[in-house]
Amino acid sequence: MSEEEIILPSIASGVKSLTVNDRPMHEFGYNPSLGPHSNEITESSLNILLNRKTISLTPTSTHSIYDRNILGTKKHELSISSLSFLFGEVVSWSHRSSKGIQDLENRLNGLGYKIGQRTLELVKLRERFKNTKREIRLVEMLQFIHSTLWKALFGESANELERSQDINNEYMITDNCPLMAKFINIPKDYGNLNCSALTAGIIEGALDSAGFYAHVSAHSVPTDYMPQRTVFLIKVEEEVLIREDLRGGPMN
Amino acid sequence: MKVYAIYILNKAGGLIYQNDINPGLNKLSANDYLVLAGTIHGVHAIASKLKPTEFEPSSKPFGGEKEIPIESSATFSSSISVRDSTINNDVVNGRWNNPNTNNTGLRSIETDLFNVYVFQSLTGIKFILITSPNPIVHNVASLNLKINKGELNRQFDLAKEIFHNIYVTYSDYVMKDPFYSLEMPIKNNLFDSKIRELAK
Repeated sequence: MSEEEIILPSIASGVKSLTVNDRPMHEFGYNPSLGPHSNEITESSLNILLNRKTISLTPTSTHSIYDRNILGTKKHELSISSLSFLFGEVVSWSHRSSKGIQDLENRLNGLGYKIGQRTLELVKLRERFKNTKREIRLVEMLQFIHSTLWKALFGESANELERSQDINNEYMITDNCPLMAKFINIPKDYGNLNCSALTAGIIEGALDSAGFYAHVSAHSVPTDYMPQRTVFLIKVEEEVLIREDLRGGPMN
Repeated sequence: MKVYAIYILNKAGGLIYQNDINPGLNKLSANDYLVLAGTIHGVHAIASKLKPTEFEPSSKPFGGEKEIPIESSATFSSSISVRDSTINNDVVNGRWNNPNTNNTGLRSIETDLFNVYVFQSLTGIKFILITSPNPIVHNVASLNLKINKGELNRQFDLAKEIFHNIYVTYSDYVMKDPFYSLEMPIKNNLFDSKIRELAK
């Protein structure tokens, strides 16, 4: 072994004194002066690898909702604060990149659409034994969304499910206190923006992937005691109504 | 106890929220409200310096209230209490000279015409409550009437409870609103109605 100093290309001047003879502590780890050879698994390094004990600095519970069985019947709950902060950030993120109020609502709707497609699948999977049938009638599907899907998402069913008297392809789901937008106050200069557009997107996604093509939008209809009351207007496509007719007319 | 008004100050002492819930106070100009807010902010800061920084825990009796009666030439008398609960609790915990709490400074001003209560959060936001005066006045004590200590403190405890609720409402309806920017004036109808509800 020569006593010449080896030039180490990628090492700062402070570690210049590192030589070939310097082995890392515990004989383990990459030694730049040795090259790939230092990473070979030897008997001693294997021992370190197998018996390595680390302390995680970010304590994660093994009982978090992510670790549970997806089919579990236990209630899947999370804090409304974390949900609100996440949703608030979603809104302001969409707001930053949007061109206007309509654009912002469309973006929220688009985000919700994907959630809706996935949620429908999950809810159907979870209720597999209770109710094995697939909804093929529009009203049944809307009732499923109004009660079962809503319960899975927000813990309770929506308040009302109505059918428009004047226009035959319009249905309405009313939520007196929408959970997602519970703490959101719309400033005056934002007009009729409603952040529940995300929830509208969820409904639209669920309806679309179930084969009931519709367009869903959220509208604020405040009352004195329920300032956050929101109506989700569901406009069903013409072809769905034609199919309904073929199956024996509108159900009531 | 009747709540006249609720103010919220930001870290710098700027008035970011004002809600005159019950009539009973004279209207000021918008500028004067800002001056009032700044003054309270300053007095609070001075008051937190008034307490002795070091003292012997053994030589002081427990119960951290120092009453400074103020003889004023005005038509009403007043007493300012600089409550210092660091004396109360933290002596026991051995942290009695830790400045890193929100417990120092001006807590209440009690006069014959109105009471002012101040609550500072750990983040430096001040909530100010202006209420009707105590039903039992401090002066009665000088007339040698027997009053329970609890009677005098009852309104202070009530105010404390209201502060707690305001703080919760603030964290919910202001901090979780994506359209609110920090330290800026709060223009929020939802928050307004919630505050009105809890101060009734």
